[in-house]
Amino acid sequence: MNTAFVIAGLVAIASTALVIVQRNAVHALLYLIVSLFALAVTMLFLGAAFVGALEIIVYAGAIMVLFIFVVMMIGAASSTLRPRAWIGPSVLGLVLLGEVLYVLTQRPGGLSLLNIVAIKPQEVGMALLGPYVVGTEIAAFLLLAGLVGAYHLARRPSDGGPRPAEEGRR
Amino acid sequence: MSPVSFEYGLLLAAALFVLGLVGILVRRNLVFMLLCTEIMLNAAGFAFIVAGARWAQSDGQVMFIFLLAMAGAEVAVGLALILLMFSRGKALEVDSLASGGES
Repeated sequence: MNTAFVIAGLVAIASTALVIVQRNAVHALLYLIVSLFALAVTMLFLGAAFVGALEIIVYAGAIMVLFIFVVMMIGAASSTLRPRAWIGPSVLGLVLLGEVLYVLTQRPGGLSLLNIVAIKPQEVGMALLGPYVVGTEIAAFLLLAGLVGAYHLARRPSDGGPRPAEEGRR
Repeated sequence: MSPVSFEYGLLLAAALFVLGLVGILVRRNLVFMLLCTEIMLNAAGFAFIVAGARWAQSDGQVMFIFLLAMAGAEVAVGLALILLMFSRGKALEVDSLASGGES
């Protein structure tokens, strides 16, 4: 089981190293998504299945899609989506998939390592709304501030009155 | 067997953080710098997960959820700033932005 953990960690390190050497932003995003998947698999092995799922849903599903939208908006060349660019991320992803399937067949009871107590999502929810309820409220305020700030920055100037951020517009 | 995997987990978190730091120092593109910030945040969150698994407590996962919310807000504002800069016709290279922003 430790070998599976180490292999997933090596996949994460390799794909992250490939992120920072890519010339093209779309290819870097592909490798970063693989890196997030690898990290989610290591979280599954550590008994944190709920957070591993959140990592895939929120990071790989929402934040990376936001990045891809912006990279496409600021102009990505059409040659970036050649099939050859998918080979590296696909190989790394297949390594992860094979590893998860192997561990699942070896241990039907669950994915976590032998000596690790898996933490159930119920415990996380009780802690989130129990002792950490103030932090949850602050996170909600932060998200609201991020929403309002992003809307204000990305607004077109013709929508209404003058915008303070556009004083120096040429 | 179990203690080794915690050490490996912390080593993995440290390696990912260093990779993000190297990326943010080496790359000069704003999109890549934001990506490397994400890598570093993710590595810090992973260290929380490893520590939470070590003590079999749920606090590490709670902290990771807070980090997730923070990363979402940060990416929204950062990408809006990048779009604003792009719509003003400026290059997204920090070297040209540092010299007055006239590309």
